[in-house]
Amino acid sequence: MSSLVARAQLVAAVAAQYSDHVDKEGRFPSEAVRAMKEARLLSAYIPREFGGEGADLAEIAEVVSVISQACASAGMTYAMHQIKVSSVISHGDKAEWHQEFMRRISREQLLVASATTEGGIGGNLRNSICAVERLAGDRFSLVKDGTVISYGRDADAILITARSAPDAPASDQVMAVLTKDQYKLELTGVWDAMGMRGTCSDNFKFSAEGDVAQILPNDFGEIAAKSMLAICHILWSAVWYGIASSAVSRAQSFVRAEARRNPGQTPPGALRVAEAANMLQLMRSNTIAGLSRFATAKTNDDDLGSVGFIVAMNNIKIGASRMVVDIINHALLITGINGYRNNTPYSVGRHMRDALSAQIMISNDRIFGNVANLLLMHRLDPSLAA
Amino acid sequence: MLDTLRQLIDKHARLPVKADTLADGQDLYAAGLTSFAAVQLMLALEEAFDIEFPERMLNRRSFATMESIAACINELRPQALAS
Repeated sequence: MSSLVARAQLVAAVAAQYSDHVDKEGRFPSEAVRAMKEARLLSAYIPREFGGEGADLAEIAEVVSVISQACASAGMTYAMHQIKVSSVISHGDKAEWHQEFMRRISREQLLVASATTEGGIGGNLRNSICAVERLAGDRFSLVKDGTVISYGRDADAILITARSAPDAPASDQVMAVLTKDQYKLELTGVWDAMGMRGTCSDNFKFSAEGDVAQILPNDFGEIAAKSMLAICHILWSAVWYGIASSAVSRAQSFVRAEARRNPGQTPPGALRVAEAANMLQLMRSNTIAGLSRFATAKTNDDDLGSVGFIVAMNNIKIGASRMVVDIINHALLITGINGYRNNTPYSVGRHMRDALSAQIMISNDRIFGNVANLLLMHRLDPSLAA
Repeated sequence: MLDTLRQLIDKHARLPVKADTLADGQDLYAAGLTSFAAVQLMLALEEAFDIEFPERMLNRRSFATMESIAACINELRPQALAS
């Protein structure tokens, strides 16, 4: 099998053919996801012993970025799948059911979705209203209302959060894996959004029954703190970096075409390309720093649970989500009317609309609020050493 | 010290249950402690025991149970144990 990046490039080539159609129709990037399955990219992150390739997060981030350069909805779908898979890898590697589930993902290239939000929780994933109800014979049932499930209708399995029992407090949550044959989705709200239109983040009423063994052994608070938050912010940043790179590349092509038409003159947009390249480099450094911080923390449980680590990961997200909009705006200033129009090789409208989701995917204001609270205790580390 | 700790938990940790009902070694996060409330509790502990938590103690494990919190306070200010 060729390298992960080479296969990601093949997927990107497929995604690029349909990205405008996906955006226009607000439909799932099914061709790109089919290509991911054919290229066996959905199991890339899973350890070899469970049938995957044992890729590290930096490699996954690169795949995310490559696909996102062609189609951000496809890239985000891949990123969200890997965020879910990472919870199973990190917290289900000792549990028999989850080991077998990882083998199934590898064998059948299952696409895994997430149901962590819920109507009435006010956007705070660390609270659930719905609860796991134990049934006879080590079975459980679960009904969750108003939950956003990106690509819910196209997923093969869903990781869902709920309170651990009907009398548990809102933050005492567990996470369970349920497969397509076990749940029923009732569409309650259709995703028709400004950007990221292909993620099809519809609202559903989710109801399911499963074996108690399908609930991940660690409580969700620990899963969120120790793997999900960091991986989420890093892989999202990789999506946004991919969008920004693509916009800058279009802007650069535009300026180069102008330079060729008028030899001997530096086009007016050239300076802005230099400026955009500078910001793009900052954005790239930000994501790489996140990857290396996570790689260090992963080997030390105390570091992974530390306030400093949470602050750093939140800052990666905030930084990337702000820079991406600024960079694409530069691309728009450079390409002018050609960038503003939707049907030119220099169009950056889809990029801009997709990128605007970054600041509200877990609202930056909410994250700043959390960081503000943490900084009442945490002293920032002034060291440049990694 | 555990009595003081329970009082501070009731006042700052915003748990849905009273600290009296929790065992010393019971997981506070599972009992409903959020990271926001954990910071508020840390600040209250610093004030009450006249201590400052060093960076190495600012992690999930240090504040997971009343026992682990007491161990941190004890390490920073051994005489607090008697209070």
